[in-house]
Amino acid sequence: MKKVAFKILRFNPEQDAKAHWENYEVELEPTDRVLDGLEAIKGRVDGTLALRRSCAHGICGSDAMIINGKNMLACKVLVKSVKQPITIEPMRGFKVLKDMIVDMEPFFAKYRSVTPYLVEKDERPEKERLQSLEQRERFDDTTKCILCGACTTSCPSFWADPDYVGPAAIVQAHRFLFDSRDQGKEERLKVMNDREGVWRCRTVFNCVEACPRGINVTRAIGEVKQALAKGKI
Amino acid sequence: MAVHQFDGIIVGAGGAGLMAALQASQGAKIAVLSKLYPTRSHTGTAQGGIGAALGNMEPDKWEWHMFDTVKGGDYLVDQEAAEVMCREAVETVYELEHMGLPFSRTPEGKIAQRPFGGHTKEFGKAPVKRACYAADRTGHMILQTVYQQCIKQGVTFFNEFHVVDLLMSSGAACGVVAIEIATGELHTFHAKAVLFATGGSGRMYKITSNALTLTGDGMATIYRAGLPLEDMEFFQFHPTGIYKMGILITEGARGEGGILRNGKGERFMERYAPTLKDLAPRDMCSRAITLEIREGRGIGGKDYVHLDLTHLDPKVIHEKLPDITDFVETYMGIDPVKELIPIQPTAHYAMGGIPTNSGAQVIRDEKATPVPGLYAAGECACVSVHGANRLGTNSLVDIIVFGRKGGKGLGEFVKKAVLQALPADPEGRTKARMAKLFEGSGSESVEAIRRELQQEMMDKAGVYRVEADLKKMLAIIGSLKERYKGIRLQDRGKKFNMELLEAFELDHLLDLSEVTVTCALARQESRGAHSREDFPKRDDANFLKHTLAFKEEGKVALRYKPVSITRFQPQERKY
Repeated sequence: MKKVAFKILRFNPEQDAKAHWENYEVELEPTDRVLDGLEAIKGRVDGTLALRRSCAHGICGSDAMIINGKNMLACKVLVKSVKQPITIEPMRGFKVLKDMIVDMEPFFAKYRSVTPYLVEKDERPEKERLQSLEQRERFDDTTKCILCGACTTSCPSFWADPDYVGPAAIVQAHRFLFDSRDQGKEERLKVMNDREGVWRCRTVFNCVEACPRGINVTRAIGEVKQALAKGKI
Repeated sequence: MAVHQFDGIIVGAGGAGLMAALQASQGAKIAVLSKLYPTRSHTGTAQGGIGAALGNMEPDKWEWHMFDTVKGGDYLVDQEAAEVMCREAVETVYELEHMGLPFSRTPEGKIAQRPFGGHTKEFGKAPVKRACYAADRTGHMILQTVYQQCIKQGVTFFNEFHVVDLLMSSGAACGVVAIEIATGELHTFHAKAVLFATGGSGRMYKITSNALTLTGDGMATIYRAGLPLEDMEFFQFHPTGIYKMGILITEGARGEGGILRNGKGERFMERYAPTLKDLAPRDMCSRAITLEIREGRGIGGKDYVHLDLTHLDPKVIHEKLPDITDFVETYMGIDPVKELIPIQPTAHYAMGGIPTNSGAQVIRDEKATPVPGLYAAGECACVSVHGANRLGTNSLVDIIVFGRKGGKGLGEFVKKAVLQALPADPEGRTKARMAKLFEGSGSESVEAIRRELQQEMMDKAGVYRVEADLKKMLAIIGSLKERYKGIRLQDRGKKFNMELLEAFELDHLLDLSEVTVTCALARQESRGAHSREDFPKRDDANFLKHTLAFKEEGKVALRYKPVSITRFQPQERKY
């Protein structure tokens, strides 16, 4: 166990007019996650620290935050792999409600705006619909999205224009647009072609770097742009 | 006091809760309450597959699936319920595909299937490919897909509402009380029916695959309301958790050919299960690992063994097991294509829970009398389709089949039922619990009590149990409960008071640990995941029965309920 230094941007709406930095030290193993550090601070040093977390291994998408200046999941970064003091801030571009907890409602509203479900017009067959290995592979990358918000809140276009639908919602649209079974492509493409749609993307690639699931977000956005340019998938 | 009125309330938004919501909200006013955002639910972390006898890769039958489930559960499975589950698994998987679930595919474009522990052909002859999968992200795809369908259907959600009390009126459910996490305000949800789908309680143990939020809130809430919990002594340890962290490595890794090896490099499962070897059920693999370690054959004499994938085609590892590859790289710095993975058994799944019948109705006694308007499904429930040990993939089958049944049952019930009056002062109990935590004068912390509970449960109520340890554990729980009364919260605020929530969660874990240990002490036999060193044999004459635990005068009182046996008579369990 070694002492690890953290510097955390704190904001308590019931006490603070604005956010301020606080320093902490806790004993951790080098192989512990940054999340373990935050939990140790909350449990042993300051019980008022607020953050969302659940699965603690990068699948539930609760604990996206800015760690040493970059968007990451606190449960997917080991203490030994980041410089100290480890700086912790909430995601940028969403309203901060308390400490690391931000208002995710606008994010989910955008998610809902892209028809994020399989549109079925034909009757369901008795067994499964067939899908070739190539057809399945076509949208594999974007099925991995866990809706953590790391990509959208790393995007300068989103910071400049909070109405921009953002990379996460486009990833969701891509997942259905390129699924051979989906029959709702026209409707979804319309949302993508909107002035707050896919054309706001300036291919800065921050989203690719931020994605904890390794999704090539910019490529997915590019494929949606191409589909719009060609008028077909 | 904020009072909301609905026809039905669903507590929990994992696979079971969302599946129930899809059914129930067709024609009734339903709200889904979750202490998380639905997509954060633990269903999303399930990896390897969902079992169904589709027969896409080789012949398979639901009867074989049922037999495996019954045998896997060491004959404590209610066979009537297992028949329902294994029959309906097939249409259920097709329904998920129709909803858009991106299953991995066979070259012909069908849903791909792979072998999994304890799943066999022709009643135990050899492993069968039955687990329908989407790489090693099957749970993620299920959760996303079912949530997408809820969006399509316009299901009403109350996200980050922590349900901490069940309201009953004249013996029937009539609502719940929840803390709105964002504001700290209490809300009463008044309804004709309530369905619990709150998941497991793995956080009573130190090494667990379970999310930090899996604290058995639903089970504890039911228990505190005077209703029983069933078979809580049966807690599954998954054989392959990442060493020291407990993060799950899917059984699918062994389904694809992975092998367990001890410190001498031996494939030790050959000695414990000559036919199925590394694909033996989880309880047997976890016991085998524990014995190897005890007998000094852990790696370098330490408390772990290896999962070996190095002989597999790297393409198989990257295409079929991409997430676990990522996990071992991220957390251990290991490339599974070239290196062995250190693993140890990890607390994974509660076979026990809120007793229900096969219609997902909660029952109140050993005669299986249903509680009007109360349903439960998924891990928090005990149907019982898993008996003394759940087979891999069957948790996902369970949540979808019984989530759907419960939702459907609830939807029909509320059409005929009348809204019962709320009890007087519905929020009184919750207010009192909160007041104690805020006004406590002691110096105890939630974290310290929880850490001790988890460590002691791991040591004394884990893979192997013995009377002396269990008795010690009961005394420890008693003293931890005393210390709990001395908790004083540091966070005095209302908004996002996570310390308050964790105090409630710890209260629930303490109750459930007490129930687990009491049931384990009384069951003087070894069956499935419950292994008593002082009673190493299964004892059908005395213990082929379900335990029901009631909270009576602050203590745990036990009664027993018969097992439903229809097709398969108990036999010795060999693999």
